Amino acid sequence: MLSALLVMAGIAIVLGGVLGFSAVKFRVEGNPLADKIDAILPQTQCGQCGYPGCRPYAEAIAAGEADINRCPPGGEEGIHKLADLLGVEFKPFGGGTVLKPKSVAFIDENLCIGCTLCFQACPVDAIAGAAKQMHTIIASECTGCELCVAPCPVDCISMKPIGENIANWKWKYPVYTLAQAK
Amino acid sequence: MRTLYQFNGGIHPPENKEPSTQSGIARAPLPSKLVIPFRQHAGAAAKPMVRAGDRVLKGQLIGMPDGFISSAVHASTSGTIAAIGAQPIAHPSGLPDLCATLIPDGREEWITHAAPSTSLRTGFDYRNSDPAELRQQLRMSGVVGLGGAVFPGDIKLRPGNRKIDTLILNGAECEPYITCDDMLMRERATEIVQGAAMLRFMLEAGEVLIGIEDNKPQAIAAMRQAVTESGLPFEVVVVPTIYPGGSAKQLIRVLTGLEVPSGKLPTDIGVQCFNVATAYSAYRALAHGEPVLSRIITITGNVRRAQNFEVLLGTPVRDLAALGEALPDTDRYLMGGPMMGLPLASTDIPLVKASNCIIAASDKLFPPAPPALPCIRCMRCAEVCPADLQPMDLFWFSQSKEFDKAQRFSLFDCIECGACSYVCPSHIPLVQYFQFAKSEIRAREQDQQAADHARERHEFREYRFEREKQEKAEKLAAREQAAKQAPAPSANPADAMQQKIQAAIARAREQAAASQPKNTENLTAQQRAEIAEIEARRAHIHELAKSAGEHKKE
Repeated sequence: MLSALLVMAGIAIVLGGVLGFSAVKFRVEGNPLADKIDAILPQTQCGQCGYPGCRPYAEAIAAGEADINRCPPGGEEGIHKLADLLGVEFKPFGGGTVLKPKSVAFIDENLCIGCTLCFQACPVDAIAGAAKQMHTIIASECTGCELCVAPCPVDCISMKPIGENIANWKWKYPVYTLAQAK
Repeated sequence: MRTLYQFNGGIHPPENKEPSTQSGIARAPLPSKLVIPFRQHAGAAAKPMVRAGDRVLKGQLIGMPDGFISSAVHASTSGTIAAIGAQPIAHPSGLPDLCATLIPDGREEWITHAAPSTSLRTGFDYRNSDPAELRQQLRMSGVVGLGGAVFPGDIKLRPGNRKIDTLILNGAECEPYITCDDMLMRERATEIVQGAAMLRFMLEAGEVLIGIEDNKPQAIAAMRQAVTESGLPFEVVVVPTIYPGGSAKQLIRVLTGLEVPSGKLPTDIGVQCFNVATAYSAYRALAHGEPVLSRIITITGNVRRAQNFEVLLGTPVRDLAALGEALPDTDRYLMGGPMMGLPLASTDIPLVKASNCIIAASDKLFPPAPPALPCIRCMRCAEVCPADLQPMDLFWFSQSKEFDKAQRFSLFDCIECGACSYVCPSHIPLVQYFQFAKSEIRAREQDQQAADHARERHEFREYRFEREKQEKAEKLAAREQAAKQAPAPSANPADAMQQKIQAAIARAREQAAASQPKNTENLTAQQRAEIAEIEARRAHIHELAKSAGEHKKE
């Protein structure tokens, strides 16, 4: 009787020690689920989801506080990916969401007064300029988040949709007319 | 006799090469307008170097290579640049791209190679030159792969981490109708062989194999003769005629028995492959300082006079069609062969480095494909696939947009040769599905890269804010600390002032002591002599000035 108790207690102590040790030794920094979600998000840092950037939104989804259909730049495909990752049902965008074509910001350099407000707002440092100097968008770095548009006091920033060109053109899904079959 | 190997599948479509080989290469007359695209090569478009209204000479650089994978673009003849702007080009999208419109003046006035503005040299003694210099000359001459991929030649010639054992010259020309390489080999074999020698020198390659399909006996004979005359240890290898035996990977397989692994380059297995026309243009560029201004193009199909023409780059398709005397029922034109060619949206589209053939087409010549039926998994596509793929599975995944599965089934090893579509009993446009899936996957990868890049920039920005905040806090703390520790200011303000003045004087003294003229020590005898001479002259001038002053006073 006593020996059995001792054996069980001993096992409990040893296993408890192992668990305690591995909890310290193999501790995972951060939230791996949030990292995985963050990898799917398009990183425009636009805040259209209601969170200040992609990372906070990813953390909110991981914590179960946010829905997966809040990210317009990610498109429906992004929602599908999130649904697959989290094992939940696909949800269409809510009523208020407007899907816009991919754009880059454009500064009308004749109007810019060099107030620096736009590049303070830019989440990816894609605006070059200095106080009382003309500012300009570094188009290759711009994610099209529109965060610079609102702060501009002279409304000199506009969003220009990226049109289809030779460099970004994609082959279309083959469509062949059924009329031929008749 | 060399042992030849086989690749899987392949097809034997009707060749239709006879009509355009009846007469030799003719020079196309100067067109009234040239449209020269700045993107005639794989990689980044060249940067325009001229403006509308500029007069240019034949061979003048009008597009500077921009980026690592890029190539130069030149004026094909002398004349005036009428405009620089977007024009329709030969591209599956039908979208316009940046082009220079050149109105020829008819004088064909060449650039002078001696002029410092010309970056091209003439008469390279390639054996005694630095390969890097030769590569630069090729880059500035716009030498790109003329087999159709138009990949910049200088990059294919860069030394890799593996030694090149075999240089293959591709004269297979497997696609039906096209005969431009055949005629080039018949008529300009010597130059091709010389070009191959230059390529071999740059690659430090061992053996050189020239692969030609057995349906070109005259080209084989001409090339053999040129090799014998040159005395170079090259070998002309006759390969069986099969489509797509002229595709680089398949030709490498046939000639060497080696297979280029998935996702690798031929150089990774010690082989490099160039089209015969590329060797020819490399020779012209290195031996004569002649950039790529023209190429041989076959005009054939529904025409009265099928022939090969040497055409200036930028010539509109219409001019070439007129030379071939297209028959009245021609309703469309194909650039390239019937298997991989590209239907052209208009005849204004210019001929470029990638254009090897223009086929005038009509419904009689190429009847429209019957409507596609469902796949019955008959496996005929897999039987003919030269890349050992399973097109029926790739089709299934592409159709249902399961791109990761398609990628797992080696979609990117597909060379888009069209053999599967050719044999498909259900007439499914398989290659179109593969092209769709490939470009979709590429676009996604690009989006992912852009997202990763944006994340990195955003995180760095956050980090920078954090760092600035911390630095500010530290500075503030340090200042507070200093304010606390500083000795209480002396009661007597005059005393404090005196102390400050003394400190300033001490500092000034230290500085004066430290700053001694440093260039008066360790002088050579000559320098000393020079100094003495200058001093003497100065004294003399002083003397003169003094006497002049005295003179005035008097």
